[in-house]
Amino acid sequence: MASDGAGPVIQMRNVNKWYGQFHVLKNINLQVGKGERIVVCGPSGSGKSTMIRCLNRLEEHQAGDIVVDGIQLTNDLKNIEKIRREVGMVFQHFNLFPHLTVLENLTLAPIWVRKVPKAEAEAAAMTYLERVRIPEQANKYPGQLSGGQQQRVAIARSLCMNPKIMLFDEPTSALDPEMVKEVLDVMISLAETGMTMLCVTHEMGFARQVANRVIFMDYGEIIEQNTPEEFFRNPQNERTKLFLSQILH
Amino acid sequence: MTAPTATTELKPPALSQGWLGWIRENLFAGPFNTLLTILTVWLLLATVPAFIDWALLKAVWSAPTASVCREAAGGACWAFVYEKHRLILFGLYPFEEHWRPMLVVVIFLAMIGLSCLRRFWTVWLALYWIVALTAVGILMWGGVLGLTYVENEKWGGLPLTLILSVFGIAFAFPLSILLALGRRSNMPAIKALCVIYIELIRGVPLISLLFMASVMLPLFLPTGVNFDKLLRAQIAIILFAAAYLAEVVRGGLQALPKGQYEAADALGLAYWQKTGLIILPQALKLVIPPLVNTFIGIFKDTSLVVIIGLFDLLNSLKASLVDPAWPGFSAEGYIAVSLIYFALCYFMSKYSQALEARLATGHKR
Repeated sequence: MASDGAGPVIQMRNVNKWYGQFHVLKNINLQVGKGERIVVCGPSGSGKSTMIRCLNRLEEHQAGDIVVDGIQLTNDLKNIEKIRREVGMVFQHFNLFPHLTVLENLTLAPIWVRKVPKAEAEAAAMTYLERVRIPEQANKYPGQLSGGQQQRVAIARSLCMNPKIMLFDEPTSALDPEMVKEVLDVMISLAETGMTMLCVTHEMGFARQVANRVIFMDYGEIIEQNTPEEFFRNPQNERTKLFLSQILH
Repeated sequence: MTAPTATTELKPPALSQGWLGWIRENLFAGPFNTLLTILTVWLLLATVPAFIDWALLKAVWSAPTASVCREAAGGACWAFVYEKHRLILFGLYPFEEHWRPMLVVVIFLAMIGLSCLRRFWTVWLALYWIVALTAVGILMWGGVLGLTYVENEKWGGLPLTLILSVFGIAFAFPLSILLALGRRSNMPAIKALCVIYIELIRGVPLISLLFMASVMLPLFLPTGVNFDKLLRAQIAIILFAAAYLAEVVRGGLQALPKGQYEAADALGLAYWQKTGLIILPQALKLVIPPLVNTFIGIFKDTSLVVIIGLFDLLNSLKASLVDPAWPGFSAEGYIAVSLIYFALCYFMSKYSQALEARLATGHKR
C-alpha cells in the first residue's frame, strides 16, 4: 500500500477537467506525502476548490490519474466509497444535517458506513466533541449553534470516521470574523497530531504557522509551490506577487 | 456590554398597540382597505343571518314524511338526512349487516388517529395496519366466521371512500418516492421510464383512467382472467396519485441544498443510506404542505369512481336523492356529505401543520 512508509498518499498526474468548454483544471500534477500539510490559495475561480473536490469524487476529472491512499479513482463505485471512507471533508457552508442532533451528525457515518456499534460510536463522538471543545452542545440541533460552533462540529464529524486525509474547502470564509480563530485553533491542533491536510484557504497566518507547503493556483494551473517562508518572502511568479499584494494589504 | 440607558428605551406609540391598533392596522389602514372592510361586512350581513335562519332556526329536525317536512315553512329539512343516513353512509350494503361497515369506519379512523401519534412510529405500526386491513377485508366481504358473504358490488358509502383513499395514498406515496428518485437518477433508462410514466399519467384526467381501467382493460386481458371493478378502480387511483405525488416529492428533493448531498457523499454513505437517512427525511419535511394538499385532492378525487358505477359516499347520496318519497332535498344532502368531507380534510390540514411545527429543528442554512 502506498500509504505505508514514505510514499505519497495523494498523487495527481496530468489531471484535466472541463465544465463544458471551460477548462477548469489544466495538467495538475501534485504529490502529497503522509502527514504533509498543504495550503492551496489563489484568486476565486482559479480551480482550487475543484481540485480538492476531485480527490473524493465530488467532482469528476476527465483526464489524468488520481490515486488516493493507493486506490485509483475511476468510475468504480466501490473504489469511490473506499476512498471517501478514508478522506474527510470540511465545507465552506458546514453542511451539517439540520434534522439530526450534533451527536447524531457525528455518529451517523461511523454507524452506517463503518458498522461501529452505537454506544461505541457515541463514546468516540464525545471525545471528538471535547477535542473541538463543544461537548455541551451534543444534543442540540445544528440550527441552534453559531457558525463557528457548526464548523467545529463539521470537523469533528469528519474526524469520527478516522480519516487518513482531511480536505478543507475554505472552512472559514463563511464565518463571522470573531469566529474564525476558534475554527483555526481546532485546525492547528489537528495539524499537530500529524494529520495529512489539504486546505483551500486565504488565512495566510494559518499557512505560515502550520503548512509545509503553499500552492498558488490561477486559471486552473498550479503556478507556484514552495515552503511558506519562501512563498511569502520571495514569490517567483508575477501573478503570485500580484495576488499576495492584494490579500496581504 | 453596557445596559441600554433609559432614554434609548421608548414605549411604542399607543395607537399601534392593543385591539385598537389591530383594528386600525388591519381594517382601516387606508381608503381602499376601509372600503373593502365595509363591503365585506355588508356581504356577511346579507348572507350569514339568512343562512343561519334557514339551516338552524327554521330547520325541521325530525318529520315522519317528506310532505310534513316541506309544510313546516322555509327552513332546511334535516329530517331527510336522518331518514337516509344509513343509505348515504353505507350505500347498498345489506341493511341488517350495517354494523360491519360501521365497524370498518371506526377501525379506519382509529388507525389513522394512531398513525398520527409519533410514539407509534415504529415497525409495529406497519403490523397493526396489516392486522387492521385484514379485519377490514373480513368485515366487508364476510363469508368466514359466520359472517354472510357480501360481494363488493354492494359496498358503498363512507367505508368505500375510506378504502379507496387510504389504500390509494398508502400505496401511491411509496411509489411516488421511487418515481421522484428515478426521475433524478443518473441512469438514463430509469430516468426515461419515470419521466414517461409521470408525464403520461399526469397528462390524462383521472376519469379517463378510471374508464380505461373499467372498460378497456378487460378487453386486453385473456378470457377467464378478470379481477373485479373495485380493484381496478383502486389501481387506477394509485397510479394516478403516484404521478402527482412524485412531482411534489421531486420538488422537495430539488429544494434541498446541494451541500447536503455532498456532505453525505463525502462521508462515504452509499446511495440508499444517503437517500434514506439524509435526503428523504429533509425533502419530505419540506414538502409537507403540498403533500397534504395532494392527499386531500386524492381523498376527494375518489368520488370520481361514480363514473364506473361504484357507490362511494357522494354517489350513495345521489342514490338517496332520487327516492320518490323524499324528493327535492339535495341541498341538505350535499351539505351533510360536505361536512363529512370537510371534517376529514380539515383534520389532515391541521395535522400537517402540527407535524411541521413538531419536526422543526431551528433555522437551517
